[in-house]
Amino acid sequence: MNVLETMKKCIREALPDLDMVMGWEQGFDTLHATPLFMETAEDVDRLILGPTCVQSLAVHLPSLKGKKIGVVVKGCDSRAVVQLLSENLLNRENLVIFGFGCDGVVSLSRLKKKLGALDFIESAEKKDDRLCIEINGEQQDLPFDDICAPKCLTCSRPNAIISDHFAGPQRTPRIPAKGKTALEKFEEKSLPERFDFWKAQMQRCVRCYACRDSCPMCVCRDHCVAVSRNPHFVSQEATASENFMFQLIHVMHLAGRCVSCGECERACPMDIPLGLLRAKSTEVTSALFNQEAGLDQEAVLPLLSFNIEEETIEEHD
Amino acid sequence: MNNIFILRKDIDPWIKRMAEERTVFAPVHEGDAVVYRACDSGLRVELDTMPTTSPKEIVFPQNETLLTYTRGSGNEDGSVGVETTETLPSGKAVIFGTRPCGARGLLIFDQVYNNERIRDAYYAARRENTLTITIACNRPRPTCFCNSVGGAPDDSKGSDIMLYPLDDGFVAEALTSGGEELLALAPSSPAGEKAVKAKAKAGQAIETMGSPMDLSEVRKKFDLCFTDLAFWEKHSGKCLSCGICTYLCPTCYCFNITDEGSEEKGKRLRSWDNCMSFNFTAEASGHNPRSAKAMRLRNRIGHKFVYYPELHEDRLACCGCGRCITACPSSVDIRNIVKAVQEYSHE
Repeated sequence: MNVLETMKKCIREALPDLDMVMGWEQGFDTLHATPLFMETAEDVDRLILGPTCVQSLAVHLPSLKGKKIGVVVKGCDSRAVVQLLSENLLNRENLVIFGFGCDGVVSLSRLKKKLGALDFIESAEKKDDRLCIEINGEQQDLPFDDICAPKCLTCSRPNAIISDHFAGPQRTPRIPAKGKTALEKFEEKSLPERFDFWKAQMQRCVRCYACRDSCPMCVCRDHCVAVSRNPHFVSQEATASENFMFQLIHVMHLAGRCVSCGECERACPMDIPLGLLRAKSTEVTSALFNQEAGLDQEAVLPLLSFNIEEETIEEHD
Repeated sequence: MNNIFILRKDIDPWIKRMAEERTVFAPVHEGDAVVYRACDSGLRVELDTMPTTSPKEIVFPQNETLLTYTRGSGNEDGSVGVETTETLPSGKAVIFGTRPCGARGLLIFDQVYNNERIRDAYYAARRENTLTITIACNRPRPTCFCNSVGGAPDDSKGSDIMLYPLDDGFVAEALTSGGEELLALAPSSPAGEKAVKAKAKAGQAIETMGSPMDLSEVRKKFDLCFTDLAFWEKHSGKCLSCGICTYLCPTCYCFNITDEGSEEKGKRLRSWDNCMSFNFTAEASGHNPRSAKAMRLRNRIGHKFVYYPELHEDRLACCGCGRCITACPSSVDIRNIVKAVQEYSHE
């Protein structure tokens, strides 16, 4: 039995004791998966697992608290579940986790930059380390590394790190390619250059808040500081500086909590490289607190705890 | 009116000439997005794909300063005056390279902001000084459904100039006197037989779209399913309640007003609002009549397919561009929801 069929079997068996199980089905074309909320055995037939299953379904979990929910997770999605558990935002006993080993997911943004508009897609299939797609009547055969989500290039945890059921074989973690990371390359630029870069990027932000609403860790939901009227913390004016202000609030609120799932950047309709901001905050928090979010259910958030002396912070005299 | 032919390479000088008198907003690439920007040349202009953003921002900007204020001197009775200055927009503009659905979106706006009953001074000042140059679609996207909501890939309604694409250029036709003036600035040659060929191509595009959706029962059924929250929860389950669909939509026209600044000085700002946000209907009392995303998505569908048509002679407030489908991070497909309403039966 292949991974998908094993997963379907696990879900069908567990479904009678659950309100629903979240997975993915094909969306409006073969490059788009869409979340599938399975309530019946027939719903399970529509499940897919593969390189288009980009959405982190963990984002829906806090709002479903109180129900008995199953969720299908990739390695990165499972880190979000762990982080939510560690923050007491989920009840473990109401949650059934269906894990599998992920082979990487497609970045439509990178694919668009290679192929132009992706409107007329006939088929897309991952074959070993390549993505074979038929678009505009032409067959394209692309190295998967050229069009996968950037997070997959350095993925050290392709397998769900927490699960009640695990379908298929464990995948081998990637050995990150030698060379500089995107953040390291970016930080080689001068401060004025970096600021100009962000001004140009932030000018495009339409403040749709998809970055916030697709983030599994953004749990303030309807009470976000960005839309608070009283007090009126953030201007509604969508200018580059105000947009940057919102984005920095977002990234600061995730410090030590971001699990690097990349959903913010993927959801952005304007292709703003929000992952760079997240990478920086993760770099700083892991250097300061020797901590990585979403790995330990028992961990206490560094910014929610206090040590007289931090191991990694040198005290001033 | 006469048809002329404009070579692709002549789009650049044409835009340059138009830009001498008007601000020309045309689609350009930024990242993987295609957005409308003020252009003084045609070099970066992208005319072959549907822009990510809609042209509504040109007549209804995301941020509009309605007035500026400063604190005045104290009055004799002890009260403090406020001095306000109106900030009406001025200047002429061109929307270059929208698709017929985008032009239709502006007609849907007009019914709300500039008509016999209502004249929104800010909207009208922009709209009446803006001309629209539209490109017919030879190849509608699989997510396009303009043919279901009263439009078509070659629909010229709401446009001052129509451009019908061929490989090496565009057959152009002016539809208004303003359009004629702009077209006179384009380096061109007579279209001759190309006009028939290009228009036929655009006319046939509708055949690639599949049959239009049946919406005949939607208004009646919407009343029936309105209180069926389980129905709306099912269809909104994967929605993230973000504002992408609203902000990229050519027809979503709702706004918010905030005072931005200090007690001493600042501005009254009108900015886009979106009905998928909790705050949209949050009341000062703390009550929110649309507290759940299911109610908010229901409103979005209802506004476009029920409430607006009831107010505006059965016209729908959806132009079928499909942006809400292609840009949605969860791939929510509005066509499926409308279809489910049409086929709704209460048990």
